[in-house]
Amino acid sequence: MPEKEEITKLICIMCPMGCELKVLHKGKDVLKVEGNGCPLGIKFAKEELTNPKRVIITTVQVEGGLYPLVPVRSEKPVPKSVFFKILEELRKVKVKAPLKFHQVVLKNAMNTGVNIITTRALPKA
Amino acid sequence: MREKAIDVAIIGSGPAGMAAAISAKQAGAEDVLLIDREIEEGGILNQCIHNGFGTQIFRKDLTGPEYVHFFAEKVMASNVKVWNDTMVLELTPEREIYAISPERGMVKIKARSVVLAMGCRERPRGAINIPGDRPSGVYTAGTVQRLINIEGYMPGERFVILGSGDIGMIMARRVTLEGGRVERVVEILPYLSGLRRNYSQCIVDYNIPLQLSHTVVRINGRKHLESVTIAKVDEKRKPIAGTEETIPADTLILSVGLIPENELSKQAGVLIDPLTGGPYVDESMQTNIPGIFAAGNVVHVYDLVDWVSKAGELAGRSAGKYAVKHKEESRRKIRLLPGKNVHHIVPQFFDPLSLEEGEQKIQFRVTKPFETTVKVSMIGNNNKKVKERILRYARPSEMIEINIPQSIIGSLSRVKTLSIDVEEVKNA
Ligand SMILES: Cc1cc2nc3c(=O)[nH]c(=O)nc-3n(C[C@H](O)[C@H](O)[C@H](O)COP(=O)(O)OP(=O)(O)OC[C@H]3O[C@@H](n4cnc5c(N)ncnc54)[C@H](O)[C@@H]3O)c2cc1C
Ligand code: SF4
Repeated sequence: MPEKEEITKLICIMCPMGCELKVLHKGKDVLKVEGNGCPLGIKFAKEELTNPKRVIITTVQVEGGLYPLVPVRSEKPVPKSVFFKILEELRKVKVKAPLKFHQVVLKNAMNTGVNIITTRALPKA
Repeated sequence: MREKAIDVAIIGSGPAGMAAAISAKQAGAEDVLLIDREIEEGGILNQCIHNGFGTQIFRKDLTGPEYVHFFAEKVMASNVKVWNDTMVLELTPEREIYAISPERGMVKIKARSVVLAMGCRERPRGAINIPGDRPSGVYTAGTVQRLINIEGYMPGERFVILGSGDIGMIMARRVTLEGGRVERVVEILPYLSGLRRNYSQCIVDYNIPLQLSHTVVRINGRKHLESVTIAKVDEKRKPIAGTEETIPADTLILSVGLIPENELSKQAGVLIDPLTGGPYVDESMQTNIPGIFAAGNVVHVYDLVDWVSKAGELAGRSAGKYAVKHKEESRRKIRLLPGKNVHHIVPQFFDPLSLEEGEQKIQFRVTKPFETTVKVSMIGNNNKKVKERILRYARPSEMIEINIPQSIIGSLSRVKTLSIDVEEVKNA
């Protein structure tokens, strides 16, 4: 069955402008994007309709650190489909202080090829 | 009490203070001191672990701690002195700072210029006046952010959030990611008060129910919060009777605005604009008190930290230049010259800025005896008389001491020499 053309409204999250995008698409094929303030908006619309991704941001537990937690992020956005599974994994991670800035705490999270890294250095308590 | 003299003192090491410290150095100030009561520099950004920072300055989407990291590296590289764990208790109009820390005890810091970068604090429940019980379980968004992100403590399970500003929406997502349930985000205005981007990635992404034109009208619970009653509001933001809904919840997060933190500024006589809650500033970010500058959320509340850093840079540059000029001024010595009927004067030179500390004394002898009333005049090379004093007599055998009062400091700004004349008063 051939897919119909439809319009989906999205808010681009690539920068604080938050452009409201009007995306004309046929299934997952993007035909036209309106409202984007820059080319990143088109990239975002295409990805959002095929394989939406988000940066993971959370904390993981630390042993013997200045604080009991260290903030972490995914190096790159990861598919939404594995987002919560990675979060689950991260709940189990416990790292030892001292930690370096951008130190990997979880390698190749859920086989996405993306590492989870610290976003600050954390000295020992 | 220990005393310390420096060129530029910056109070608060958030993004505004860090940027100010770096640019004060670049402007030529030698001794720059960055003071903060927290144990690390970075200010509120240390607890803002989400991304969205630095898209303008770094052209990258950084988290709060990453933004701090890059700035803190620059601070280190610029040889700025950093005093953490140091609380500033008082600031005087003469730019004296009283600060206390476990390491140094109480210290008096005399600065040639000061940058106020104390940021802002959150509006507490009292400021918005919600009726009802006073149970535990009611927090400001910043407090919950600190509990969850730094201390690793989840304050509850079922949350209601009042306020759709960025902090409110970001906390809605954060609580959800930590396994909490956000029952409702309520916003009194008919539109969102934060960025659309945050609405999309914090609210829509997690199917969090958000209601505009609604507010919290009652807080219920004896010891601990049990529920929150909300209601729809009319155009005048007054709750409409009959629209109440009671939502079971154990935690209410208030995200209802920020107020610039200006207790110290007021002590120093800095005038506050009632419209911003921050000091009145000129184009160089100088307040009404000469040598006291201000930047960041202490001036007015910014949405993006990049702007805060830019404001800090400007204030720091201005404060740096001011300190350099002040220092040059302090190297300027005024020559004291014996004038009419004066044999010699000690000291021969004097630093006009020493008057900031208090009055100064000078001594001289006359060339011949006067047994009648004489007038001592102190005259600048610009022919302006800055002081006059009457003496009943003057004899070479008796050294005469007079003071240079603090009040004349303003009239000495371009003076290179001051001569002292002693003359008989004719019709005394
Ligand atoms: C809870 C919260 C969340 C926020 N989230 C975001 C966000 O997601 N994105 C964004 O762009 N902006 C956000 N902001 C705003 C952002 O934090 C500010 O724009 C920026 O951090 C302000 O920088 P600042 O340097 O002016 O103040 P701050 O970062 O607040 O720094 C002020 C510093 O001064 C110190 N200080 C105050 N008084 C004294 C004293 N008497 N003695 C010694 N030290 C003192 C404090 O300890 C603090 O470290 C948030 C603000 C808050 C309050
Ligand atoms: S389209 Fe470009 S300008 Fe608009 S929000 Fe996306 S990245 Fe920003």
